[in-house]
Amino acid sequence: MKYIAEYRQASLVERLVELIRAEATQSWTVMEVCGGQTHAIVRYGLDHLLPEGIELVHGPGCPVCVTPLETLDRAHAIAALPNVTFCSFGDMLRVPGSRTDLLQLKARGADVRIIYSPLDAVKLAAAQPDREVVLFAIGFETTAPTSALAIQLAQRGGLRNFSALVSHVLVPPAMTAILESPDNRVQGFLGPGHVCTVMGYTEYEAIAKRFQTPIVITGFEPVDLLEGLLCLVRQLESRRAEVENQYRRAVQREGNPRARQLVETVFEACDRAWRGVGTIPRSGLRLRESYAELDAERRFKVERMASSEPAVCISGSVLRGQRKPCECPAFGRECTPETPLGATMVSSEGACAAYYAYRREGQTTLGQAFRA
Amino acid sequence: MTMSVGRSFSALLGSCPLPWSRYEHIVLGHGSGGQLTAELIERLFLPELANPLLAAQEDQANLAWPGGLSGAARLAFSTDAYVVRPPFFPGGDIGSLAVHGTVNDLAVGGARPLYLSAAFILEEGLLLADLQRIVASMGRACAACGVTLVAADTKVVDRGKGDQVYITTSGIGLIPDGLNLSIHKAQPGDKLLVSGTLGDHGVAILSVREGLEFEAALDSDSAPLHDLTRVMLEACPTIRCMRDPTRGGLASALNELALASHVGIQIRERTLPVRPAVRAACEMLGLDVLHVASEGKLMAVVPPAEADRLLDVMRCHPLGRESAVIGEVVAEHPGTVVMESLAGGKRIVARLSGEQLPRIC
Amino acid sequence: MCLGIPGKVVATYSENDVLMGKVDFGGVLQKVCLEYVPQVQAGEYVIVHVGFALNIVDEAEAQRVFDYLRQMDQLDELGAPPP
Repeated sequence: MKYIAEYRQASLVERLVELIRAEATQSWTVMEVCGGQTHAIVRYGLDHLLPEGIELVHGPGCPVCVTPLETLDRAHAIAALPNVTFCSFGDMLRVPGSRTDLLQLKARGADVRIIYSPLDAVKLAAAQPDREVVLFAIGFETTAPTSALAIQLAQRGGLRNFSALVSHVLVPPAMTAILESPDNRVQGFLGPGHVCTVMGYTEYEAIAKRFQTPIVITGFEPVDLLEGLLCLVRQLESRRAEVENQYRRAVQREGNPRARQLVETVFEACDRAWRGVGTIPRSGLRLRESYAELDAERRFKVERMASSEPAVCISGSVLRGQRKPCECPAFGRECTPETPLGATMVSSEGACAAYYAYRREGQTTLGQAFRA
Repeated sequence: MTMSVGRSFSALLGSCPLPWSRYEHIVLGHGSGGQLTAELIERLFLPELANPLLAAQEDQANLAWPGGLSGAARLAFSTDAYVVRPPFFPGGDIGSLAVHGTVNDLAVGGARPLYLSAAFILEEGLLLADLQRIVASMGRACAACGVTLVAADTKVVDRGKGDQVYITTSGIGLIPDGLNLSIHKAQPGDKLLVSGTLGDHGVAILSVREGLEFEAALDSDSAPLHDLTRVMLEACPTIRCMRDPTRGGLASALNELALASHVGIQIRERTLPVRPAVRAACEMLGLDVLHVASEGKLMAVVPPAEADRLLDVMRCHPLGRESAVIGEVVAEHPGTVVMESLAGGKRIVARLSGEQLPRIC
Repeated sequence: MCLGIPGKVVATYSENDVLMGKVDFGGVLQKVCLEYVPQVQAGEYVIVHVGFALNIVDEAEAQRVFDYLRQMDQLDELGAPPP
């Protein structure tokens, strides 16, 4: 596949690893923000190819993982209604709420549909005027424009049976929260490639400057990740703290102005609770008043539910880059993709899920396999 | 408008909230051929039906006959149910699939397939013309395989209680004297071969279900493998075992092998034969091709000295033209399958977790 | 963090006043919403996320990392240090 296969070549990967090895004179701790980047690193075993001193810590860039428990519980309650067709991306189906998940609700008769595109939900609403069709609008800034257009089309089309349960999240406030944390170890970031395809990267310039931390906007293939890391190491070694763009084939500084515009029209910033992390101010998007009629949160009144997390789950520290999945006592034992205790084990881009799929019980059993 | 959700939600939860770390109901993932399927078999079926033949979990049961069978050591017996949706797909249909699938389960055990039975569960409302097409297809498939369908049954269920048609086939074959293939027999040093491109069937099905369109038609690879296995075993009677990677894909077959033989397995991503359009479809749907079913391919484990010769023999056969050596059995990390990725770093190949939900975001 | 795949636009059309396209992902064809890249031409590549094209791939930039690495190899041969 063009623009994918070329970026997976082992020879190029080797070359970039050599360059990193040659230029890193000390240990550095860097964070890749996106779940998709974490997934690629673990899937291709890239971190094991790096020199010992370079540590990659995994960031909170998995929107499925950070959807607040209260939102999930609300989603489950709405999906359970007999006249609701609940539309969600596949990833959300197995994420555990306080008591259940969408897949189990589906098994018990709820009308839960997996959609590939928010437009699928709009089509369903048009085709089934007697059903309430709810779009579970989650995702980072990459997905927000797609929800925005779907919502606008539904409004324009007079689809009174369509509504959206919105839980979009924003990356820059999360990065700021990580950098502000007193126990932060992250010295540089591989920035979110597809988020910046939409948003551009001007917001990151202020962060880099304020915290004197370099940020390299990076793609998702092995060559992208290693080239991004090389740029980051070079900045760190020369004590620079700038925003660089590795993912130039897909990202321009101003992003996609049309997409940004529509997001502005439909959504506004709000405080958002990030599951496992806590509330980050102005880190979420919600529907503007002009779209209040399509807000599922207002349309479906939900009883206050006691939301509770299992005590043993360390998703929060994993999402903040403080601990690795294999350090969790429940990893691979009580907590598996089939019986997840936290969202990071369920989401296909969650760090715990990636480790479970590609690494399993800690590094020791694999140590010999990987060094062989 | 506002709606109260309390009552419906509790109703769906049941009278007491589910401990959400365990399932009380069958979910789709139990049928995916991955981790959940394995657990269902191990924790629910085997304990109730305990016997060593079933517990061996080979693709077919290798049976001694009281009094012996002349000219052959053992009887092979297998059964499989086919619930594929849609019943007609590019490259085949549920009928021919049901024949090929059971023939293959027998063939990979070294058996010559002889007789099949078929039980049909038909949904009220199924078009007779469609049933005709399916049964005609089965007839042709049986003739091509040299098997005879000797027993059959049909039942009809109410509309909405069955997905047009479900077919269960059982098959009997004969395993020649001296052959005793088993997934418990792999040894460090053995080579792993596959007979061709992976994931064709699963992607062909998904493409119809998800409305994926292809530039060039992507057909299921559903095919009978008994002739290929015959030539392979004639050339190389020391083959340890063979498996057909159906649901759960090659990952399930490799993991089952590693666990049964208490060995490690190492494979190389760049040696895996995959059609470009299948690769692209998996990329788009966020699927791992190692978890996607094939229905006309097999995996073989063979002593290292025989590998090259076996590869040549396979490549000469019409169903094995794209055969490849994909890895080896090792003593390290027993029970675990490790893959060297395209980029050079390594990862584990685990069984599919749950149902394969397309990755989006 | 969001699955964004590059594909080639093979046709564009309007559906219910929404700009759509047929995009080829290495042999798989999909309907994609092109509202956010209205200037795209058939033959160009776009990055697609959940059925929407988010940007047009800059083919010149795509080539650069390979040129750069090739350059590195040549410098190596000459015994020159990396820039």
